[in-house]
Amino acid sequence: MENLKRTPLFDEHVRLGAKMVPFGGWEMPVWYSSLKEEHHAVRNNVGIFDVSHMGEIDIKGKEAVKFVNYLITNNVEKIKTEEIVYSPMLNENGGIIDDLLAYKYSDEHILLVVNASNIDKDYNWIKKQAENFDVKVKNISDEIAQIAVQGPKSEEMLQEISGVDLKKISYYNFTEGRINGIQCLISRTGYTGEDGFEIYLDKEAAVPMWRKLMELISHYDGRPAGLGARDTLRLEATYLLYGNDMTDDITPFEAGLKWAVDMEKDFIGKDVLLKEKETGIRRRLKGIEMLERGIPRHGYKVFVGDEEVGFITSGTVSPTLDKPIALAMLNKPYYKKDTEIEVEIRGKRVKAKVIKTPFYRGSVKTRK
Amino acid sequence: MKKFTKTHEWVEVEGKIATIGITEHAAEELGDVTFVELPEEGKEVKKGEALCAVESVKSASDVYSPVSGKVIEVNTELDASPEIINEDAEGKGWIVKLELSDESELDGLLTEEEYKNSL
Repeated sequence: MENLKRTPLFDEHVRLGAKMVPFGGWEMPVWYSSLKEEHHAVRNNVGIFDVSHMGEIDIKGKEAVKFVNYLITNNVEKIKTEEIVYSPMLNENGGIIDDLLAYKYSDEHILLVVNASNIDKDYNWIKKQAENFDVKVKNISDEIAQIAVQGPKSEEMLQEISGVDLKKISYYNFTEGRINGIQCLISRTGYTGEDGFEIYLDKEAAVPMWRKLMELISHYDGRPAGLGARDTLRLEATYLLYGNDMTDDITPFEAGLKWAVDMEKDFIGKDVLLKEKETGIRRRLKGIEMLERGIPRHGYKVFVGDEEVGFITSGTVSPTLDKPIALAMLNKPYYKKDTEIEVEIRGKRVKAKVIKTPFYRGSVKTRK
Repeated sequence: MKKFTKTHEWVEVEGKIATIGITEHAAEELGDVTFVELPEEGKEVKKGEALCAVESVKSASDVYSPVSGKVIEVNTELDASPEIINEDAEGKGWIVKLELSDESELDGLLTEEEYKNSL
């Protein structure tokens, strides 16, 4: 594996016997012993994930709010300090460059958390857009480690070593404080559909934090969990994955992210969305379920009769539901609920139908 | 005696009958196996052709036939319990039995030692 980046926790994963795979330019643990067991540990108890590969881009300056609001579709003006929004970031054609979390420290400081595989693309784009604004853009990804603690027992477990009262952090809020004596940013966010926290800390402090969490999870029937379980957990909860379910030529309306677009303000790509709103979308991301045996996977074609009407963007066997689940980008009008479609699996057509999502609802708190 | 392929299948021959499965190494790489798409009995396959598919939670992988022949039996226990492949890939996790059409094809396969050295 050449030129792959490693997180500060690489040696910890190897020592735990993880299977390491390339992901978005990084060498990451895909599972430690069993993907399924890690998945169930997060659904039922608690799991810890090394997500230090994620990128952090800091926006500081008088026009931070104004700039970020121009950059992304969701609205950071409407949230308070220590609140977070999820948002797509679009190109001029209305396609999704990346999806991100915007952490509002103050009106003059916003932290953007972006996908690992997009760090360079995002940073270059953001820097270019920032030229006419009174802001400083800094890529601090290499200085920061991130550990996600996810599962219904996360709060109880993490409170044991937390200097802040975690009950006071509501969903999509964050605070700064100490965990295990280490200064962190702690947010009640995640990518699993369960209640949980994401902890951002200096990379030098990642190993002691990880080891302490490893010790704690053993008292809660928890496990370290790899990217494999992260993917099955997020797909059950129907959280989208950049590169699969969203790309540079998929609009947020097509991806079902209308709720994260504020059409009342100006932002890059808005013209295209206004037109799309008028003419209607030509395709839409939807959940499907199989009516016959077979597992739909990313890239498989979808048919109705002889017509190719779309493609699978993500697909797996759901460990919780014990059946295949998938997201498909389906052309109009085939994205209506209960539409019967066929997925081409290794040359064979296998019957499926469009269903309502999410596939599964976990212990995650709801948005206010 | 078992023979192996570079594409991580094993075959064991008794008389004209070849039992085929994936190697322990392959099962470990795949992770939790969740579905085995078994071929139909009577299907004729050529050496190197896709015989069936094994799916883990993560991905789908084709299983290539190490030899040519006709499928005479499939391991139907894998339908209900595909995880047998993770537990015992080179034993109870066998996938199909073929009636061999050309025994000389076995000569080109790897011995266990050759296979292990190739990993």
